[in-house]
Amino acid sequence: MNLIAFYVFALLIVASAITVITNRNPVASAVALAFNLVAIAAVFMLLDAQFIGLLQVIVYAGAIMVLILFVIMLLNLREEARAHPAGTFQRVLGPLATLVFAIVLGRAVYASAPSSFPEAAAGFGTAGSVGKELFTTFYYPFEAISLLLIVSMVGAVLLAKKKLS
Amino acid sequence: MLKLIGLIPVFPLVGVIVNGLFGRRLSRQAVGIIGCGVVLASLIVSAGAVLELSKLPPDARYYETSFGPWIPMGPVGAHGEAVTIDWGFALDPLSAVMILVVTGVGFLIHVYSVGYMEHEEGFARFFVYINLFMSMMLMLVLGSNLLVTFVGWEGVGLCSYLLIGFFYDRPFDTRTGLTCADAGRKAFLVNRIGDFAFVLGMLYLVTQFATLHYRTVAGAVAQAGDGQHALLVAVGLLLFIGACGKSAQIPLYVWLPDAMAGPTPVSALIHAATMVTAGVYMVTRMSGLYVHAPEAMLVIAIIGAATAVFAATMGITATDIKKVLAYSTVSQLGYMFAAAGVGAWTAAIFHLMTHAFFKALLFLGAGSVIHGQHGEQDITRMGGLRAKMPVTFLTFLTATLAIAGIVPLAGFFSKDEILWGAWSSGHKIVWGALAFAAGLTAFYMFRLAFLVFYGTYRGDKHTFDHAHESPASMTVPLTILAVLSAVGGLVGIPAALLGGKDVNVFHHWLEPVVGSGHAAVEGAGHGGSQELALMGVALAIALAGIGLAWLIYRRNALSATTIAGRFRPVYTLWRNLYWVDELYEAAILKPFYAVSRFAAGFDRWIVDGLVNASGVVTDIVGQLLKLFQTGYVRNYALLFLMGVTAILVYLAGR
Amino acid sequence: MIDPRLVLLLSAVLFSLGVAGVLLRRGAITILMCVELMLNAANLAFITFARLKGGAEAQIYVFFIMALAAAEAAAGLAIVIALFRLRDTTDVDEINLLRW
Repeated sequence: MNLIAFYVFALLIVASAITVITNRNPVASAVALAFNLVAIAAVFMLLDAQFIGLLQVIVYAGAIMVLILFVIMLLNLREEARAHPAGTFQRVLGPLATLVFAIVLGRAVYASAPSSFPEAAAGFGTAGSVGKELFTTFYYPFEAISLLLIVSMVGAVLLAKKKLS
Repeated sequence: MLKLIGLIPVFPLVGVIVNGLFGRRLSRQAVGIIGCGVVLASLIVSAGAVLELSKLPPDARYYETSFGPWIPMGPVGAHGEAVTIDWGFALDPLSAVMILVVTGVGFLIHVYSVGYMEHEEGFARFFVYINLFMSMMLMLVLGSNLLVTFVGWEGVGLCSYLLIGFFYDRPFDTRTGLTCADAGRKAFLVNRIGDFAFVLGMLYLVTQFATLHYRTVAGAVAQAGDGQHALLVAVGLLLFIGACGKSAQIPLYVWLPDAMAGPTPVSALIHAATMVTAGVYMVTRMSGLYVHAPEAMLVIAIIGAATAVFAATMGITATDIKKVLAYSTVSQLGYMFAAAGVGAWTAAIFHLMTHAFFKALLFLGAGSVIHGQHGEQDITRMGGLRAKMPVTFLTFLTATLAIAGIVPLAGFFSKDEILWGAWSSGHKIVWGALAFAAGLTAFYMFRLAFLVFYGTYRGDKHTFDHAHESPASMTVPLTILAVLSAVGGLVGIPAALLGGKDVNVFHHWLEPVVGSGHAAVEGAGHGGSQELALMGVALAIALAGIGLAWLIYRRNALSATTIAGRFRPVYTLWRNLYWVDELYEAAILKPFYAVSRFAAGFDRWIVDGLVNASGVVTDIVGQLLKLFQTGYVRNYALLFLMGVTAILVYLAGR
Repeated sequence: MIDPRLVLLLSAVLFSLGVAGVLLRRGAITILMCVELMLNAANLAFITFARLKGGAEAQIYVFFIMALAAAEAAAGLAIVIALFRLRDTTDVDEINLLRW
């Protein structure tokens, strides 16, 4: 049962990813990305990481994608043109390099894992267990990342302001 | 006063600084007073110091002072002892003679120069250079070790260059188109060859025998083993080659005739009385070494004698008054070296002293003649000047008699002692050559005197009418030098002349320094009658030379041109100076120029080429690399990817 | 049941797709979205290993990555806006002044 669900979601993930990278309409890409993110959240759930899956939906699909869509709307982007002034070099070598990369990565990754999951520990992936770990061992990184978020916020505001004349 | 000997070379430096910095703004009188005054100061201190020295017992006549250590050399020599070379100055009988000659004759020439250079440009510059020369020469002579002497040696070489090329733009040799500056350069370069040998000699000496100090050299050398004998001879020869350069012996004499491009006082001071005698002084100083290297001494004697004859032949046919005197100087220096070579050290220094007197006098007299004729130097265009320039004439004649070796003038005694030294030490061939040269000397010197002062004037009438005697500043030094040329020899009268009574003051004075050398000659004894006989022979030869010159140039009984015609090849050989300069040019200089041109080309094309090439290569590589900077972010991302892939492959492969 | 290796393979594929998108697309925002794809692929891999290993450590890494992605998206989009105001285009190939 889980296996079938996994295959379905995997298919959805790949399909939506391909849409993201091929569709010329930026809005379509954005929506496809959102779809992708939700599917990934589903896979997280399948792997018993409930808290993280939830976070994925709320933060990623809910906040980040919305932000992106807002900006697309703000800038009123149309469809992208097709021609590549980046040159033959890019057009030929790009897909080639990506292919090579994919093969290498795939093989490396395939060899690094066993063929089945062990039993999940009790309480694995719950908010409680994650939270406990977060606020004890990873306390300082946690504070640091909140600082980072503030800095990023301030930076974004500053960068996007209209001219300060 | 002895404690002040360190100041003797310093006084003229004061003159250098004052005249060098302020000379242009001072009056000529002031410059002259300063220039001569500092030399007078050196003279006074020298005289006082020598006086004090003479009051000491003969064995203790040595005083040394030092300005401090100079080169700490660490362990050198066969036993690895540490040696430090000082800025040392020492006074002993030998250097006493030298400083008196240098400061005395030097002072007279300085005074003369005030008159001679009166109308010339660069008056102050002249005195700066000539004072610097005095300082360096005194350092050379007073140095307590070879290295301090060498500093002075180089310094006088520099001053010689500066002073020969004093009138730097004036053309000197119409035949070759050289200027006086070129003559100065020739002097410097030829000297350099000798200096190179000198340095090598010093290096061998210090690394093998661990000393350059004169007092210890004799002892160190005496201790040398048999295996080092060849090295000793090598050192002796190397130092002698240095002396050849400085004192114009074969084969390094070629600069001295061309050095006549300098003002006449310079020729008198540097190229007659003092600088060229530095070689003789140095060889005598190192007598302690040379007595252990008889092969080297033989070489010295042979070259000295050969040079004496060789140069005299060239003097016979020369027509420039200064050139005749220049060849004469080379010849007389040959005498001094021949004396040193046979072991008659005292005779060498004696002749050095008397030669300083009469040769300086001859040059100054020539200068007076030239000055009075407003620049004429060709003796074929002179004549009959004795009425016009009486003082010059009389003093010149005195010097000519002295150099010809006529008793009782100075040259007779000194030349005679050399001849006796050669004969009694067994070097009969050397004696023969020197005796022959004595005849030649008498001949060409009187030829000079007759052509310049007697007969009728052969030049421009206008010049003759305006010819005049020189001012007192020039004639007074002439007179003083004439007196010295006349009586200066009396300090060295050989015992044989006085029936065995030994009043040879000079010989006794120098004995503590070179005594061991002279002993070889002494041992043969002043065999009274043999010596007298030889004196007679020498006198006869001199009179014969004078007689021949009288016949040809005064009486016109024989015609010079006819004789020249009869012996045409010999005459041409002498007149063209044996084509030695041309030989050097072809055999040495031309290949050298070729090598230099090659080196210059190599430097320009290959060395510079390599440097330029590296620049060009860098540029090309840069041009290639810049193609990566397209400005497109996506290209950069692609490069990232390729890099990451490479890393992944590497990591996955392990 | 689910083969971890398959999940990881999925992650690799997703990542490669993201890389392809970055290299081939011209719009700045689209490129940003492809970067998000890559980040998510990484997250997937992390979760897989978390599940394999047990413990909450890897999940916390994912947590941080998400926070970072948020910060980066905000800043990046602000830059795109500023750039748009300057050049009136989001075409990345138009921003090429730093060329030789």
